[in-house]
Amino acid sequence: MNSKLRQALASGEIENSPIIDEELDISALSSKDLTEQLTSMIRIRQAEVKIAEMRRDGHVGGPVHLGAGQEAIAVGISSHLRKSDRVFSAHRSHAHLLALGTDVRKLFAELLGKSTGLTHGMGGSMHLWDQPNGFYGSVPIVAGTVPLAVGAGLAAKMQQSGDVAVAYFGDGAAEEGVVQESLNLASQLGIPILFVCENNFFSSHMHISQRQPIHSVARFAEANNIDSEVVDGNNVVSVSEAAARLISQSRAKNVPGFLEVVTFRHYGHVDWREDIDVGVNRSASEVEKWKSRDPINRLKHAILEKKFLTDSEIESIYLNINSEIEVAWKQAASDPYPAESELLRTVYKEVRK
Amino acid sequence: MSTEKDMTDYGTAIRDAFAYLLTKHPEVFVIGQGLWSPWYVGNSMTKLDQEFGIARIIDTPVSESACTGAAVGAALAGMKPIVVHPRMDFMLYAMDSIVNEAAKWSSMMGGQANPGVTIRSIINRGGEQGAQHSQALHAWFAHVPGLRVVMPSTAADARDLLIASVLSGDPVIYIDDRWLYAEKEVLGPVKEIDLHSQGPKIVRTGTDVTLAGAGYSTKLCLDAAVELDKQGISAEVVDIRILNPFKPELIAESVTKTGRLFAIDGGWETSGFAGEIIASVVERIRPELFKISPQRITLPASPAPSSRALEDIYYPKVETLVQRVVTSFKP
Repeated sequence: MNSKLRQALASGEIENSPIIDEELDISALSSKDLTEQLTSMIRIRQAEVKIAEMRRDGHVGGPVHLGAGQEAIAVGISSHLRKSDRVFSAHRSHAHLLALGTDVRKLFAELLGKSTGLTHGMGGSMHLWDQPNGFYGSVPIVAGTVPLAVGAGLAAKMQQSGDVAVAYFGDGAAEEGVVQESLNLASQLGIPILFVCENNFFSSHMHISQRQPIHSVARFAEANNIDSEVVDGNNVVSVSEAAARLISQSRAKNVPGFLEVVTFRHYGHVDWREDIDVGVNRSASEVEKWKSRDPINRLKHAILEKKFLTDSEIESIYLNINSEIEVAWKQAASDPYPAESELLRTVYKEVRK
Repeated sequence: MSTEKDMTDYGTAIRDAFAYLLTKHPEVFVIGQGLWSPWYVGNSMTKLDQEFGIARIIDTPVSESACTGAAVGAALAGMKPIVVHPRMDFMLYAMDSIVNEAAKWSSMMGGQANPGVTIRSIINRGGEQGAQHSQALHAWFAHVPGLRVVMPSTAADARDLLIASVLSGDPVIYIDDRWLYAEKEVLGPVKEIDLHSQGPKIVRTGTDVTLAGAGYSTKLCLDAAVELDKQGISAEVVDIRILNPFKPELIAESVTKTGRLFAIDGGWETSGFAGEIIASVVERIRPELFKISPQRITLPASPAPSSRALEDIYYPKVETLVQRVVTSFKP
């Protein structure tokens, strides 16, 4: 499966291949685990739908990069992480953060520039932080945090903590030189880190066929002697299994791993629009096709088939989460903005004494 | 009277700082190119790899960007890394990690996380090395809020400011200069000083003219002051030491007394540090206190040449300073 998928991806055939339409095999999973994963994915989705609406309606002032459609990746990986692990991400990071258990209200407050936000209103959507939950930070410089994650992994090795670093990045980031340097360094120094490439085929407006001669980013892992997996990123079970193997190997042996996940974002590059036919190679039919591979629907389908949950139980998950999100938004909206003194307070460490 | 053998040279003082930090602080490690080589960084890191082990003195692939970024990430994860760039020119590959990540992390993350990483970069001019092995780009980094920029001009500062940089908890660009490695003085015991409290120092008092510089330029100023004294001109020398955050008050006080300011800098003139010195002083004192317009002495507006004939005229010398200052006293 893995090698077939890798080949199909590399050759550019994957988007029309049945290999990414296979049913989820949940036979090895408990009802409790599946319900948790489904709930987490729904929370991320509903939060992003809310963010998209609020951005569209002008309540969120800054750009938001939404990952709706990609929830299975962060959820599948995070189930194998602990609070002391070190997760870094990039501009499309809401799912990576929320899958670690971050309070939705703090994320909303951050998007609104409020002092109760994750970075006290100093970062916005593109600079997020929740280290107590293992999220060391995200920034919108493409590949900017990849070497930082390598260093956090190096620190884990030196501290003999058994923790791993995680570097989330996209297929576009693989075109940055520092990613090549980081893979080489992690391999050469023996660093416990999981590189996660979310290959959603688009870097901003450009399809991967316009940017790379081979469409599987995992080729760079092979070139650097790093163990890799290429999986269907809309299948939370596949993601979770691959992540489990690579993460446990990193923890045990101080080696890097590379997980390439094939996926697609429902929204366009930035904000609430779908970026269909606006000069980019992204058609309505393609978006529809990928929406039929929605990772949440696929998991729901498998769960219903196995009768782990009923329709009405799933419906009540949605109701609870929607109400949680409305409450969180209202709270965040009424929270205060940062004081003027915050501008200079945080530039250096000592000013805060 | 102390003798030559009681003295420590600037390069050895840097090594003393590394040894002190590595001994006393287990979170300290060093990463960069050439660290297992006997010749890359002069005598400033000799055999540290043998003394402290190659797991903590990490010689690296040729990856300035990833290595600097990794140090930033390690700092966020509780370590106190020191990155070494044997030439400042080489660290330009690492600008994203320095300027976008390290400098802004504390502010972007609401002050909840500080990358306490020291990035040691060496100015290594002359020797017909030419344009890409000789740059002094301290002014670039002094422009960026969030970075601390340290340029020691003495052996004592080379040691104690390196220690202070690593313990400061902030990202620090520590810039030493190979032309200072033979400077010697008697060092007292190591002092753990608070970098945040440090700033410019008057290293020679005088009454007629203020000379201000950092790093090797401070040495030029001190040597010029000796010559000027012979010609009856009493020069006060301010060693800037910390370029960012810049504390210009002491220089302004000195110029209030002397009425003459020369800013000497080993960088270029346009948007450079000499201009910053002058602007900061001009803003702080009344115009009538100036007996002459403030002057800059910097590099010519060209990349460093390699030919010895051109290199000889490229870098300001003691005579350059003396001549410029003496001329300014002529009616």
